[in-house]
This record gives sequence, structure tokens and C-alpha cells, in this order.
Amino acid sequence: MAVAFDEMNIPGGDLRPAYQELARWLKETPPEALEYRRQEAELLFRRIGITFAVYGDSESTERLIPFDVIPRIMSGKEWALLEKGLKQRVRALNMFLRDIYHGRDILRAEIVPDDLIFQNPVFRPEMNGQQVPHDVYVHIAGIDIVRVDAEDFIVLEDNARTPSGVSYMLENREIMMRLFPDLFARHRVAPVERYPDELLSALRSVAPQGASGEPTVALLTPGVYNSAYYEHSFLADKLGIELVEGRDLIIKNNEVFMRTTEGVKRIDVIYRRVDDDFIDPLTFRPDSVLGVPGLMSAYAAGNITLANAVGTGIADDKAIYSYMPDIVKFYLGEEPILKNVPTWRCREPKDLAYVLDNLGELVVKEVHGSGGYGMLIGPAATKATIEAFREKLKREPEGFIAQPTLALSTCPTCTASGLAPRHVDLRPFVLTGSKSTTIVPGGLTRVALKEGSLVVNSSQGGGTKDTWILDE
Amino acid sequence: MLSRTAENLYWLARYVERAEYLARTIDATLRVTALPAAYIGKTNEWDSALLTAGVAASFYQQYEVANEHNVVDYLSFSASNPSSIRNCIEAARLNSRSVRTALTSEMWDTINSAWIELQEVWSKGTSTREDLAKFLRFVQETSLRFDGSAYRTMLRNDAYWFSRMGVHLERADNTARILDVKYHVLLPEEEHVGGPLDFYQWSSILRSVSALTAYHWVYRETLKPWLIADLLILNDTLPRSLASCYGNLVRNLDQIGVAYGRQGPAQRHARGIRNRLEHSNMNDIFQHGVHEFIQEFITDNSRLGEIITKQYLI
Repeated sequence: MAVAFDEMNIPGGDLRPAYQELARWLKETPPEALEYRRQEAELLFRRIGITFAVYGDSESTERLIPFDVIPRIMSGKEWALLEKGLKQRVRALNMFLRDIYHGRDILRAEIVPDDLIFQNPVFRPEMNGQQVPHDVYVHIAGIDIVRVDAEDFIVLEDNARTPSGVSYMLENREIMMRLFPDLFARHRVAPVERYPDELLSALRSVAPQGASGEPTVALLTPGVYNSAYYEHSFLADKLGIELVEGRDLIIKNNEVFMRTTEGVKRIDVIYRRVDDDFIDPLTFRPDSVLGVPGLMSAYAAGNITLANAVGTGIADDKAIYSYMPDIVKFYLGEEPILKNVPTWRCREPKDLAYVLDNLGELVVKEVHGSGGYGMLIGPAATKATIEAFREKLKREPEGFIAQPTLALSTCPTCTASGLAPRHVDLRPFVLTGSKSTTIVPGGLTRVALKEGSLVVNSSQGGGTKDTWILDE
Repeated sequence: MLSRTAENLYWLARYVERAEYLARTIDATLRVTALPAAYIGKTNEWDSALLTAGVAASFYQQYEVANEHNVVDYLSFSASNPSSIRNCIEAARLNSRSVRTALTSEMWDTINSAWIELQEVWSKGTSTREDLAKFLRFVQETSLRFDGSAYRTMLRNDAYWFSRMGVHLERADNTARILDVKYHVLLPEEEHVGGPLDFYQWSSILRSVSALTAYHWVYRETLKPWLIADLLILNDTLPRSLASCYGNLVRNLDQIGVAYGRQGPAQRHARGIRNRLEHSNMNDIFQHGVHEFIQEFITDNSRLGEIITKQYLI
């Protein structure tokens, strides 16, 4: 594989401008001091309780995500381009969803094949013809971005269901500011702290028509055993809204109420972090104890807004992903600003043949997988693994897509043997309300801590970094 | 506030209070059992400790004898005893996590760091007396820190009042249970009143509710059983007395009643118990039987717990 684009060092010894001050600071700072702060950061994370759970891991039910103290830095100019591209992409996602659940122009225009929608388990027929306030489906999007050179931003994946990680963006910044005040004094870093405020106003702006002037918003969590529970409680706290579980809610006359010590109280907007499948046992999985029986009928009656809407999975599905550039063009009549990773659709015989011939060089992903599970990274896999995967692929080609192995960009990262480049990605969080789409400057940078590894998922040994957008 | 949040706050406070009480009981029992047998008589103090903790029956399903090793293990570290100190701390942490938004960061930090610290104790146990003493002190200090954080940092609203109610209800239960197990040594008609044997029993009772010094300040007297009973039952200047707990419970319930604009059965029931305590004196109580009085109180107190749950927490 080619040498990856490094976001700090230009081959030949020069530095990219955004990193110049950091490089100077690193030179002045002894490695012990860095190590000491790193340990301090870990202690803080543990004390605050910023942990996540790994399912099926009996060793320890709560784990810390490793935090790397070296910030990842982008110039204001780079950010401006990315921001524009993200807004464009999310607008298109929302328009696509509106269309899929109403007129279906895009299917008639034969841009996206019918069966990819109608035979897709994440398509929700319950949403057909359902009005959602201001036609916003994806109120919170997490768009995973990678770079391979200084020019382009590439979308690796759209997350339009219940994207997580924003608490790390906020906490990483808090901790960095606490540990490295001197480093902040030497940079003008755009703040991220207004995210909770923007999220709350976005959520309030999409309240159902019948709601009062001060709509009541609640965050619905699956509960303390969920892997992202810390984030749920963190956000509820920052937004000043109730953190509710399914059992706290009841439906009466198609309205949603929470049980409080003073009787029941009506809710207008639910920021839900429970997946579609579990949200209402009467409509979806009947064995779900996390949801609220009858929630979907209240939703259908227009008495509650769910953020994100039900059925958004059809927009971020990996099978749909490869059509995104066309989707952007179809609805907006604009060239997509963000690129897609070239994708072979294994459902198409020509693509499948190519993929089978080149398994050793490709990344093959399950269309419905997530978290970095169930995927094949050709160049890193053993022969046996590749052969096993080949059989799987032949049996069920429509379940897979394939992409070239990208040489993800690298950033300097603390390792056992000093600073070294490690691969990173970026998840910015895009908020859409009734009037506008906003993005706080930054996002969650995930870093693959193992040398050469391309897997940044926290469940598989990835860590995080603070992401700085310089305000020039 | 959410009923579930109120419920969690209430139980969180109860668990912390219970952990402290267990630590005190073990502490006091260690002290009294360290005395030569002639000073404490033939009663098995470890058995009493189990009884005051209300876990004697489940203990004997697992152990043959109530000795120091077994009882300390069961009350402190056992994962199978639902009200061991360990399980109280685990439950307190779990409850804290569920209601993080209703806790101040100081309260969360107290519980979370205690929980982190104690992981090692759970895995290694305490091999020496010194370790055990350190552990018991740490549990008590955690409770003090938690209580202090709540007092100093929480908004004075329903979240605070529900949490306080948990403390007082649990505390009243604990004090009553000690009296229930030990009432016989408090009976004035026992012939060996004032003998060395009872003296150590009495001081042990006072120690387990941290009232030994208080006794001397209040009565300026040598230890006398009826005064000890008076202190623990009726004296509302002692924070762990039944009277004081009920003064507080009535106050907290009234505050909630005012904030919510209505009263209910919980307020009435609590007031009833408080009034009975206010209008009692030790003569009457001894006349009618301390044991009966205490047993009735324990029933009434847990009834209040049920009423509160029904009125607010579900």
C-alpha cells in the first residue's frame, strides 16, 4: 500500500501550516511531560465515568476509550469546504427520505433500484405517507469522513439512525483544555461547546404543531447497560432534559406522557437513542422491553416528534451508499462536494466478478453490518480468511459491497515508542432543525492505535483525539 | 421529576446509609468481641450483628457458625448477600449511573471513586485486621462524604428531599433494628444492672449508631439502659434517634407536599408516627414493652416506605 497522507508532515521535511505551532510545542515539551498528562487524562476519564460497554465482553463491563492527547488540527479553510459538503450531503439525505416515503420520484427516475428499497429490512413501510414536521428526518447525522490527500474529503459512511460519539467530542475538548492550557493559548481553536444548545433548539424547532410554545423534549435511552449510556446521560444533562427509559413513558389517547412524581407529563419531542426495531413492541420487535407500546400510533397521529425519524436507516444503508453521489445530484442539481469511496456492488454480476478476483486488495463490508464487524480487510487478512470470505460472498452476494483499501490519512499519535503516525477518521455531527442545518466546527476524530491498522472503531481497539479547527 | 429518578435517588441514599450502618455494626462488634469473655457474657455478638442486619436466615443457609470470619465476610464482601456492604456500594453506583443527571458532580464523584477504589478490596479481600479496619473506615467516610456533598451541593428541591427521605427512613430502620435485637439488655428490671457485662453491651450499641459521646453530653451520666433507650428512641437532638428521623421525614414530605401543591397518605402516615413518638415517654414504653414498641415501629416504618413508593415512585 502507498504511504499514507500525513496531516502534519509533508514528505521532505516540511510541515503543513496548521501544525506548525503544535510541532514547535512538541519540540519544547519533554516526552515525560506528555506521558504524565496522558495518565492524568485517563484518570479524569475514569473518574468522570466516561466509559462504554463492549457487548459480549465478560472481562470488564465498562471500558475506557483510549484518548490520545495529540490534537488533530485542520485549518479554517479546510473546514469551510468540509462544512459546505456536509450540509449538502445531509440536505440530500433528508430529501431522499422524504421522497422514499412519499412520491418516490427517484425510483421512477430509475436512479436507485426499487428492490434495494422495498426488500431492505431497514425500509419501514409504516412510514409511507407519514408526515414529519418540516420534512426533517435526520435531525442528527454523523458523517464519517476520511482523507487520502490534502484536497479531498471522502465520506466513508453516513450515520442517519442514532449516531453516537458527540460526548467524546465535547469531553475530549474539556479535558484537553484542562491539561494543556498553554497549547490552547498558542492556537485559536474554534469552540465546540455550543453543541448542546444547538441540539436543543433544533429538537424544539421540530415539535409537533399542537405542542405548546415551550415544547417538552426528552432523551430516550435503552438504559444503563447500553454501550453509549454515558453519552445519553451526558447529553440529557447538558440539554437540561429528562433522560427517560421506555418504562417511564405511557401512551394515552395517542399522546406520550412520562411518569413523574407529580403525575404524568406530556412530551412533544423524543430524542431517541433506541433503534427502530426496539422502539415500539406493538409495531416492531414484540420482545422489546426497551420501547414504548403504542409509541408508533402516537407518532402516526402526529402528536410526537421522534428524532431521528423512524425509517432513516434506508438512507445510510451501505447498499444505498454507492448511489449517494447520484442522489445529491438528483435532488439538489449540484455536484457533490464530498466524494464517495469507489464502491463495487456485489449484487451486480460484473462487480462481483471483479471483487472475487481482487479480494486480496479490497475491503468487503456487510451491507447491514456496523461497528467494523463482519468485514474483510483484504491486505491484512490471511489466505484462509479470504477463502472463507469468498464462500460467504458467493452464497449471498447482495449482502456485500466492496471498496478499495484506502490509505487513510495519518496524524502524529503517542505510542509506546514515542510519536508516530496513526490512521484517523473524523465524525462531524450535523444538526438539522426546522430552519437551518448547523455543524459545530470539529467532530470526533477516531484513531487506529495499532501500527498500520485501519480499524478505528472503539469496540476494536481504536482511540479518540480532540479535533481542532483553527479560526484564522 | 421522573418517578424513576426519584426512586433511584431515594434508594441510592438508602444503600449508602445502609453500607455505613453495616460498617459501624461490624466495627462495634469487633470491639466488643475483642474483650475477655468475662466482660461480655455468653451471647454470640456475631449472631447479634447478623440479626441487626436482618440477614441471619440467609446467612445460615451458607454458613454453619456465626464467627468473626464468616460474619465479616458475609456482611462486607459477600456477593450473594443482597445487603452486604459490597452489594450496597454496587447498587449505589448503578443507581447513581441511572440518575447521573440528578446528581451533582461531587456526589457522583464520591460514589464512583469509592466504587473504583473498592474493586481491589472485592478482588483481594482484607487479609489483616488493619486492612479490615481501613476498609470499614473508608466505607463510613464515603457515606459522610456523600451526605456532605448532597448537603452542600444539591438544589433544595424534590430531588434533595427524596434523597433525604431515603437517608432518614433507612436510618430509622437501622436504629430500630439494633434496639430490637438488644432490647433485652436495656430492660431495667434485669438484676445485674450496671454490671461490667452490660456496660460493654451498652457502649457497643451506642457506638454502632455513633452516639457514645453524644450520650455523655446529653445526660452527663454513667451509662444507664433507660437513658440509652430514651436517647435512641425519643431524643430528637440525636440525628439517629427515631424521633429525629421522623422529624426529618415529616419535614421532607411536607416540603414535597408544598412544592407539588398536595398532600397524601405518605404525609399523614409519617405525621402519625411522629406524633406517637412525640407523645411517648420512656415510662410508658417500658410499661407496655420495649420490644412490642420497637416491633410496631419497624412495621410502621417499612409501611411508610411502601406508601411513599406508591404515592411518588411508581
